[in-house]
Amino acid sequence: MADEKNRKTSVVDRIWNALASIKLAVVVFALISGTSIVGTLLDQSGDVSKNLKIVAKFVGSGAAPKVFAFLDAAGFTDMYHSWWFIALLYLFAANLIVCSLERLPRIWNVVREPIRALTFEQANTMPVRREVVFSRKKDEARPAVLDAMKSFGFHAVEAKAEDATVQFIAEKGRYSRLGVYLTHLSIVIILAGAIVGMKFGFNANLNLLEGTSSAVAYGGADKEIPLGFEIRCEDFNVSYYDGSDTPKSFKSWLTILENGKPVLIDGRETTEIEVNRPLRYKGITFYQSSYGFAPNRDAQFKFALIGRDGKKQGVSLKFEESFTIPGTDVKGKVADFSPAIAVDESGKLFTYAEIMSNPAVFVEFSEKGKVRYSRWILLRHPETWDVPDGKVEFVDLWGAQYTGLQVRKDPGVEIVYLGCILMTIGLYMSFFMSHARVWVVMREERGKVRFLLAGSSSKNRVAFESGIERLAQKLSAADKA
Amino acid sequence: MDSSLFFGLSSIAYILAMISYIAFLAFRAGAVGIIATTLTVAGFLSHTCAFFLRWKEFADIGGMGIMRSIPLTNLYESLIFFVWCIMLGYLLIEWKYKTRSFGAFITPIAGMIMAFIDISGISKDIHPLIPALQSNWLLAHVTMSFLAYAAFAISFATAIMYLACTTSDNRKSGPYVFWTVVLAFFGAILIAMGIDFVAFKLTGKGAESFIKNYLFRATFRSASGGIAALSYAMLFVFVFLVWRYGFVLKNVISRFAVSADQLEELTYKCIAIGFPVFTLGGLVFGAIWADQAWGRYWSWDPKETWSLITWFVYAFYLHVRHVRGWRGTQISIVAVIGFVSTIFTYLGVNLLLSGLHSYGGM
Ligand code: HEM
Repeated sequence: MADEKNRKTSVVDRIWNALASIKLAVVVFALISGTSIVGTLLDQSGDVSKNLKIVAKFVGSGAAPKVFAFLDAAGFTDMYHSWWFIALLYLFAANLIVCSLERLPRIWNVVREPIRALTFEQANTMPVRREVVFSRKKDEARPAVLDAMKSFGFHAVEAKAEDATVQFIAEKGRYSRLGVYLTHLSIVIILAGAIVGMKFGFNANLNLLEGTSSAVAYGGADKEIPLGFEIRCEDFNVSYYDGSDTPKSFKSWLTILENGKPVLIDGRETTEIEVNRPLRYKGITFYQSSYGFAPNRDAQFKFALIGRDGKKQGVSLKFEESFTIPGTDVKGKVADFSPAIAVDESGKLFTYAEIMSNPAVFVEFSEKGKVRYSRWILLRHPETWDVPDGKVEFVDLWGAQYTGLQVRKDPGVEIVYLGCILMTIGLYMSFFMSHARVWVVMREERGKVRFLLAGSSSKNRVAFESGIERLAQKLSAADKA
Repeated sequence: MDSSLFFGLSSIAYILAMISYIAFLAFRAGAVGIIATTLTVAGFLSHTCAFFLRWKEFADIGGMGIMRSIPLTNLYESLIFFVWCIMLGYLLIEWKYKTRSFGAFITPIAGMIMAFIDISGISKDIHPLIPALQSNWLLAHVTMSFLAYAAFAISFATAIMYLACTTSDNRKSGPYVFWTVVLAFFGAILIAMGIDFVAFKLTGKGAESFIKNYLFRATFRSASGGIAALSYAMLFVFVFLVWRYGFVLKNVISRFAVSADQLEELTYKCIAIGFPVFTLGGLVFGAIWADQAWGRYWSWDPKETWSLITWFVYAFYLHVRHVRGWRGTQISIVAVIGFVSTIFTYLGVNLLLSGLHSYGGM
């Protein structure tokens, strides 16, 4: 019985010791980095032909299918979600936790224990030392020392060691020793946040045509994920930088519906979202991520018409329907449409893109059944709006564009952010703060005072040494003053 | 007054400073050293003016407000800022360590990059930002990343110098082969890019397609098999020459008034500053921005993954130094590998892999 118990603990011990080794950390670092490199070389979205080409570049096209099949089976084409990569991350976390726990007690003792008075011999073994002779009396020395130390930010107290050595002691940044552990803890917290996100959240897409609504989003492999409410796209719009096809912004106007009724968000039924400005509702966030053109018969052409009388009138009609210019008998019929019109070198019109980057309608104007003239009217070019009988402003083609939304629920984000904040603090403590201790030991010798300045610093020895040097100079200067 | 004028002035100042620093190394005359420093500071100030002017030009054109208009959206602009960070770092070192020796190394690099950008005119026109880049986090994320890259670049230079100083006596030793080969590859890639550039200028095509389509087309990826083979042969010869005559660098450095220990210390200092800045600016702010723009704080896109790899390499550096007590040659090799990874994160990913980030995509 006893034997078995021993053996059990020794297995646990062995695992513990393995996890406590920095060597394992190095191996895990190397494995994560190495496999990640392979991951960045391959296309992770699962494009087989693309990946075959990439593999062929490395091993030649003969061996490519076999190597690719191996990589695919081993999970390299969706590597960051493969079981072994996630296992590596868990191992990394376990290693980090155990390593830190192993060393924490020692550091914790240092942190808990405030600076003590030292005997003269002890002080004489400190890593940084400097002697100063003070020609005045002991009582005058005291304020000079306290003053000098204060000017370096050390609030010193007087203390006596076991051997009755009188000294002034001070320290700074004791807690900075915990910075390393805070850094490690923050990494664990970030990983924990990521796990929470993976277990309890989802990442999905949703393409919504203007005027339609959906109660689900689509995850990987088109899996339907119910949202618990409905979302409707009221409108979508892209604006461009002047004279170019570089989008300046794209916006969607969205409405949340519960039981078919709109929900007020910030007091409004419709919320405008754009890239970098998402909509949040019930823990689910909708990000503007893409858009596209989906031509269909139900799309509505919207015009603002100005007739000879100068009055403006809005109309909305479908393809091949007609409107009348107010105050005239002239009718306009939408006879053709191009989402992105351009003129080639020979003056011919052509469509240059599959999205609505420069939409144009071809309108035939007729009076009493006879065609009088026809025009291309371009949404982004007001100079094409003037027609002989008035003005036809092409305002929008509604119901032909869809907004591409990224839909996410991630209850782990707050944990990740907390980890990021802790990491910032931890790194600051580890790199820009140090634990500095100073002892100014005082001894009387033939009416003079002899100071031994001793100190130690957890980091940045050179700067600390020059600090002690300046402290010594300050004391000498105080002596002469 | 526009930014190009000031950029031009600063390249001239850096090149003049280079001449002065070299003269200073040769003659050790104090007055020459002061001239060199003055020229560098002048170049740096003009560079700073140029940067802010371009920022303003950008804001005026884009109309998106000052915070969102930092001119760091393409390779041209990021190189300029990169050089700016390096010069800032160099001036701090000159001031803190009271040594002008590195100037002879740094200013030629700065002058050459600035001149290269200036003549090449790589996309000097101001491109408005695509929506995903219109975020206030961009400012913090990009500036801090580049500050960290510059700190790593300096640590690379000092680590190579350290290796040159300490390993030049034995040409067969691993560390000597390592640093000469790494340095030779860096040099060869820069030279090849220079040749690309000249070839590109001769064809007189538009500047947009330069980097992506022309990189190494005049050399390693040439359509003519002969030229490609010749390029590889030249690369081989070049690496051999650097390996054969690497000790010359030691002789040059021995003229500097710096010891190997100081070089190693500088390497560490730069990494100790670069690492936290990179963690916060590069990884944390990058994650926050991605979270807001794409709805994922981490999506394993190649640029993110390479940043993580770089972060691991430097974390490794810090651990072996503090926990294992590595010093000298070993640790300097890690620093060099760290910068190779940094460069790949900065340029390689954009040039060779695809991703969401737009820098380098011309
Ligand atoms: C990649 C993520 C990591 C980061 C950013 C990180 C960061 C740091 C930093 C900044 C230090 C302080 C170095 C100094 O003294 O200045 C440190 C120390 C240390 N790290 Fe890490 N670390 C990471 C992962 C790990 C892992 C995976 C392990 C172990 C399995 C580990 C074990 C240690 C140990 C033992 C120390 C020394 C603590 C001491 O002072 O006793 N670290 N780490």
